Amino acid sequence: MPLPSDVDTSTPKHLRDKYALVGVGETTYTRGSGKTTRALGSWAVRNAIEDAGLKPSDVDGMMSYQSGDSTFGPFIAGDLGMRLNFYMDVFGGGSSTEALVGMAMGVIEAGMCKTVVIFRAMNGFSQVRIGGTGARAAAPVSGDMLHNRAYGWQSAGQMFAPSFMRHMHDYGTKPEQVATVKAIHSEHAGNNPKAFYKEKVTVEDVLNSRIICKPLHLLDCCVETDNGTAIIVTTADRARDCRHPRVLIRGVVGRCNKPRMDMHYQHGPISTVAGHYGKEILWPNSGVGPEDVDLTGSYDAFTFTTMLQLEDYGFCKKGDGGHYVSDGTMRLGGKRPNNTSGGHLCEGYTHGLNMVIENVRQLRHDVDDSCPIGPDGKRQHTYDYRPGGCRQVKDCEVSANLGWASPGTGSAMVMRNE
Amino acid sequence: MAINATYLGMPLEINDLDVENLAYFKHCAAHDFHLQRCRKCQLLRYPPTTACPWCAHGESDWVPVEGKGAVHSYTEVHHAIQPAFKAKSPYLILIVDLDTQKGKPSEHEALRVVGNLATADGTLAPPDQVKRVGIGTRVRMVFADVAPGLAIPHWTIDESAVQPAKPWRYPQE
Repeated sequence: MPLPSDVDTSTPKHLRDKYALVGVGETTYTRGSGKTTRALGSWAVRNAIEDAGLKPSDVDGMMSYQSGDSTFGPFIAGDLGMRLNFYMDVFGGGSSTEALVGMAMGVIEAGMCKTVVIFRAMNGFSQVRIGGTGARAAAPVSGDMLHNRAYGWQSAGQMFAPSFMRHMHDYGTKPEQVATVKAIHSEHAGNNPKAFYKEKVTVEDVLNSRIICKPLHLLDCCVETDNGTAIIVTTADRARDCRHPRVLIRGVVGRCNKPRMDMHYQHGPISTVAGHYGKEILWPNSGVGPEDVDLTGSYDAFTFTTMLQLEDYGFCKKGDGGHYVSDGTMRLGGKRPNNTSGGHLCEGYTHGLNMVIENVRQLRHDVDDSCPIGPDGKRQHTYDYRPGGCRQVKDCEVSANLGWASPGTGSAMVMRNE
Repeated sequence: MAINATYLGMPLEINDLDVENLAYFKHCAAHDFHLQRCRKCQLLRYPPTTACPWCAHGESDWVPVEGKGAVHSYTEVHHAIQPAFKAKSPYLILIVDLDTQKGKPSEHEALRVVGNLATADGTLAPPDQVKRVGIGTRVRMVFADVAPGLAIPHWTIDESAVQPAKPWRYPQE
């Protein structure tokens, strides 16, 4: 595990602390948005621009990611009257957010534009369903799909399950340990007025829910929702002119992979995921180690994905993930809370972007819970984490986001406040 | 020649340009499993690729490979996505370590060949067989015939092999 003493903090590494996240925005998290992805995208981007204290004309770069299920940057820019000096719409899902933050830093560094908004807009329940049902299941099977879909091996849960099973086999990880991820995230969602699922779920509820594909119960799987989400990246200097205290980017990992990217199961151990490789980039570039991190956003497409990433990025010893996620560490009030918004399991499914939004608000010490707003317009956090209460992590300074595309591919980002 | 067929309600398509998959499934249709062997480093590879994953060499030969191995991991699907699989649930998706080239070229590598648990004729296995299989179960390859030039390789319990006393199964059963 790379502790601070093991990593090179002697010189500024790459672009450490030179870029900032200055704006975050989102729509509601719903099922049945009644809106196009274009309308969701422009709503979220407008909110992010307003949150940053900017005008649309101040933002001259735009990036988005999708999987054939969303609108494109030029339409959002047109709707909001933005003339862009740079835009890029890329293909991909869960490991995109952090990767695109890194790319935004690169294009600004190259002088191609000054400020970039990144959005993801999706009707993940009412149009193209993430679970792979409907139109996706009916598509012809060809090329590499002949070696997966032909076997009824298609949905994300089905594709990832062999890694999850093998982790239980290799390390004795128990279903009730992993189910705790959902229980804890549901508690967090109870303090998030935006969350799609706010009800508390117990470990027993998870274990008693029906099996989707072993080892996944229904409640080990995330929610499908309709939503738009957006974040704004600019230089640390320009960030001084924005509305909120600065949240600086320490280091980024973008779509880092295990070997055999055509079919990662060819190269084991299959109970190890891409974070095993990503951590060798994340911690040295960030100049911190896991012990310095106050809160995490470990992608919870499934309860298992949260556990596997925390483990392989070194938050615990390899194989101890089941213990780490169930010993209270990642609960609000614990040593290192994870997905304080409720994440994909409870708040809503956005392919990772909402977990970055949450950590930006946490690092501003201005998370949008139900605590009263004081005369200065800032929320007066109580740090009483009982249901319906506060979800601000007290005195947090450093966060880590761990994005997941598959066992073989992941992204990550460390941010800090000042 | 291009193949258009239907298998378990799914349209399967292999076009003329996809020579690797055409060759792979042609051998399956003959119930004679073949994989590509690199002409330079001599390593076998799965699934079909256009170059060698270990040495990047572009030339390969299709060679017969014994369809025997042990289950490396699996999932048991209860909620099927594709309509035709719903009637067959629960079904197993197996990732099988072939005996051939296991642990090569490095300790954690193997030719891990996907398939459903099937009966000897290549149809998806009934529930009593699904319950018997776990990590470590010895299996042998069988084929589901789909169309001329196309059969899907699957796995069936190898009744002639020495089986582990108790294959590893998901604990909550």
